[in-house]
Amino acid sequence: MVEFTLPKNSRMVTGKTWPKPEGAKNTKKVQVYRWNPDDGKNPRLDTYFVDLDSCGPMVLDALIKIKTDIDPTLTFRRSCREGICGSCAMNIDGVNTLACISGLDEAKGDIKIYPLPHMPVIKDLIPDLTHFYAQHASIMPWLETKTNAPAKEWRQSIDDRAKLDGRYECIMCACCSTSCPSYWWNSDRYLGPAALLAAHRWIVDSRDEATGERLDDLEDPFKLYRCHTIMNCAKACPKGLNPAKAIAEIKHMMVERIV
Amino acid sequence: MTYLTDRKRAAGLGSAKSGTQHHWHMMISSVALVGLIPCFIFTFGSIYGAPYEDVLAYYQRPFPAIVALLTFAVGFIHFRGGVQTLIEDYVHGTAKKVAIIAMICLSYTAAAAGVLAVAGLAL
Repeated sequence: MVEFTLPKNSRMVTGKTWPKPEGAKNTKKVQVYRWNPDDGKNPRLDTYFVDLDSCGPMVLDALIKIKTDIDPTLTFRRSCREGICGSCAMNIDGVNTLACISGLDEAKGDIKIYPLPHMPVIKDLIPDLTHFYAQHASIMPWLETKTNAPAKEWRQSIDDRAKLDGRYECIMCACCSTSCPSYWWNSDRYLGPAALLAAHRWIVDSRDEATGERLDDLEDPFKLYRCHTIMNCAKACPKGLNPAKAIAEIKHMMVERIV
Repeated sequence: MTYLTDRKRAAGLGSAKSGTQHHWHMMISSVALVGLIPCFIFTFGSIYGAPYEDVLAYYQRPFPAIVALLTFAVGFIHFRGGVQTLIEDYVHGTAKKVAIIAMICLSYTAAAAGVLAVAGLAL
């Protein structure tokens, strides 16, 4: 049965409030989820005050400043700091997004930062994405061909290439899948919007020769049909993609095969 | 506790190679109900509260009887499919199978009762 409440050892407790930086006139209150697997304590919400006059404009800048100047134990993933790598995906003020492209001025008041929802937490803001990546690998995210490889290249028309737009740009940040209630309740069997968007990218690729096999693998009440068009994925995607539409197009192709 | 590779855990038991029929049938019944529900509200609403003899005479006409019959039959078949999906979403393990069996029995019983009631009036 689905669990609607957190287990005892996962319930949030009040965390530490760090002092305001001395002499700072323009500060922002940032509350951050903290959990350390080594201390055996419950997760807590620590409060920090960031001096905006000496901080960059983005939420990731604030987190880096907190780690550098206030609390070096704060743990989070980050890399490109420009919305390309997807490392700094987290839940900021109730919305899954990338910290590096989320402005500090977008939040009217205090900012609350949690890890991506409904994923096992490794530490602080770092979710365990092992299963998410394995699901992506399971849809065979590569070109499958049976024809002998051409001497030069697999040719593709401009129109066929355009069909991949809105599909290939996914950066696998997991914002969409972790915002999907169906994925929350059935992530062990439902592939989730990110993996299905990737699957659709290869299904519609004119060069790919495994379209039937790909559809066969997806035809399952759970792998594909747990999508109930809730549309949280499209709302959450920081790249502006629409996984729900891609899933609907896969379902349409499934129906085309039987009717 | 078992030691499974990440890929094996993600693949699970593989594809059931089903689900599209269920999806297609839900779409068909949805479209049917878009037409049937307004027709049922219109026909049932126009005779609601009338004396028994008038209702009997009304439902002995083919259009209201067929509309009522189809609404009960299609509505409960659609209900069966929808609730099965809902149970699959939220209930896991043996309880899921028990709940699905109970819901299917309940849906077909309700459909049969509705059809029988309308047939009793119409025939």
